[in-house]
Amino acid sequence: MSAPDSRYLLRSRPLAEKLVDISFRNLSIAMASVVAIVLLAILIVVFQGSLESMARYGWKFLITSDWNPVDDQYGAGAAIYGTLITSLLALMVAVPLGIGTAIFITENIIPKRIRDVIGLMVELLAAIPSVVLGLWAIFVMEPFIRPGLELLYQLFNWFPLFSTPPMGPGTIPAVLILVVMILPIITAISRDCLNQVPPQLRQAAYGVGTTRWGAIVNVILPAAISGIIGGVMLALGRAMGETMAVTMIIGNSNNFSVSLLAPGNTIAAMLANQFGEADGSQVSSLMYAAFVLIVLTLCVNIFAQWIVKRLSLKY
Amino acid sequence: MTHTLTHNHVEATPDLSYKPFQRRNISSRALSFLAALFAVIAVLPLILVLGYVLVQGGSKISLALLTQLPPPPGLEDGGIANAIVGTLVVTAIAALIAVPVGVGGGVFLAEYSQSGWFAQFIRFGTNVLAGVPSIIAGVFIYGTIVTSRILFGNAYSAVAGGMSLAVLMLPTVIKTTDEGLKLVPDDLRRGALGVGASRFVTVVRITLPAALTPIATGVVLGIARAAGETAPLIFTALFSPFWSDLLTPEGIFAPIATLSVMIYNFAIMPYEFHNELAWAASFVLVVMILALNLFSRWLARFAAK
Repeated sequence: MSAPDSRYLLRSRPLAEKLVDISFRNLSIAMASVVAIVLLAILIVVFQGSLESMARYGWKFLITSDWNPVDDQYGAGAAIYGTLITSLLALMVAVPLGIGTAIFITENIIPKRIRDVIGLMVELLAAIPSVVLGLWAIFVMEPFIRPGLELLYQLFNWFPLFSTPPMGPGTIPAVLILVVMILPIITAISRDCLNQVPPQLRQAAYGVGTTRWGAIVNVILPAAISGIIGGVMLALGRAMGETMAVTMIIGNSNNFSVSLLAPGNTIAAMLANQFGEADGSQVSSLMYAAFVLIVLTLCVNIFAQWIVKRLSLKY
Repeated sequence: MTHTLTHNHVEATPDLSYKPFQRRNISSRALSFLAALFAVIAVLPLILVLGYVLVQGGSKISLALLTQLPPPPGLEDGGIANAIVGTLVVTAIAALIAVPVGVGGGVFLAEYSQSGWFAQFIRFGTNVLAGVPSIIAGVFIYGTIVTSRILFGNAYSAVAGGMSLAVLMLPTVIKTTDEGLKLVPDDLRRGALGVGASRFVTVVRITLPAALTPIATGVVLGIARAAGETAPLIFTALFSPFWSDLLTPEGIFAPIATLSVMIYNFAIMPYEFHNELAWAASFVLVVMILALNLFSRWLARFAAK
């Protein structure tokens, strides 16, 4: 051993160690870049695949609903309408249900143990695969609600939205199964946001003598609203891209119908149905439809992230 | 001012008792009841679906069902064995791709660049990728791998299916690694660096092991989600009514059966026996996924101790 002091001198790093350090850093950068590459590649691949169809049909593809592989005529209007109408209707049902459930399991209404069980059950609902929900929708839910839809048709067939007789699969069953699929997202995100509201706010509200729901409506919900809206937007994105359960229950009809009792279609359902055996210009048209779906969901997701940043209150 | 206040106070002590029939108290209770009703409605589908899957599917489970191939349409003798194997294979391929890449990306975000523009961009990209519909992952792999026949001239294959699932798992793994590493106290890093460990050793020997449970929890959840995915598989892994020969490359570069695609295919068939197989496959899939979910929950609680 040399002089005892040398133990306290700065250790000079051997070349091999430096090399390992630098390559590890670069490796991790490369791995992180994969996200960006995949994202860009998805956009490029789908855009390139749809070029042929874009050139041929242009923006008319978006509003015509003539889908006929035999004559090479393609228009995704019915599918785009179906995507928008099913996801918006599902949102209208799921938002009050989800936020109500979230309030129920965060505010001190019932014992904590029961709240935890409900929370766990809602989370497990999110774990059930979409295809299993589709199976259940075909064999259990749809036969069960058909009398109700039948009645709806009898009473309101003068109203365009209910103007066709229900024939089994259709838009309303698809909306119901979408509600089941997005409910856990809305509930989970709303619950997290409500839990993050600082306790001082609640204490102050109760301190001035308000009722429980006075505090919830006037203090707690406004404090958590940014996150909740973000969660709702994420759920909207999920609903627009949701595929299997919808494909199995919506009926997959490319004929445009304004009636909610008639079979319909969504972009995702169309892709799931036709991609396996598509060829020629049908592939290009499906890619075009997929591109529309990507643009729609990207807009919704980026808007969700923006709104969370924008609206977040500083507590 | 003070004087009048105290004076009033003495004069009329406000009645602070709870009056259950005051209008605001009634409406508050009514709203609580409404919220309870909503919670019941939210939980109802889980009970109904689980009940049906466990009863309908569970009653059909037998040894033969778990060990035999599915029958051709119209015949009534067989099982779902090849789909069980296929789901395990495709999910394993996805995990083999997504876990190393995701953990590496998460290490970069948490350890090397907390707030640089590149890290911000990657975080944003991860969120965007997490929001991409699962079927788009299938379209992407179809456009790159399946149509180009880049994998030894094969089109639809187990590997292509696994890659499309990996695209879906990647954001989950990156996020959980990033969040998990951020929970590791900085003192540990400083301690390791202080005794002369290199950055590489600090990350691999100190911070990653310290964050192992949260990362593992996220990975298990990602795997559970991937195992149930169907949409990206129906035109990447396709389906196969036969055993795949997994010991040779031909096996994983050929179409493969998975439970989820089997449920989809058999649910819309007009044969009752195939519908029953779909219920049985649902039972196996749901039990697998719920077990993984509860396992990840147990992991998280284990870590919290």
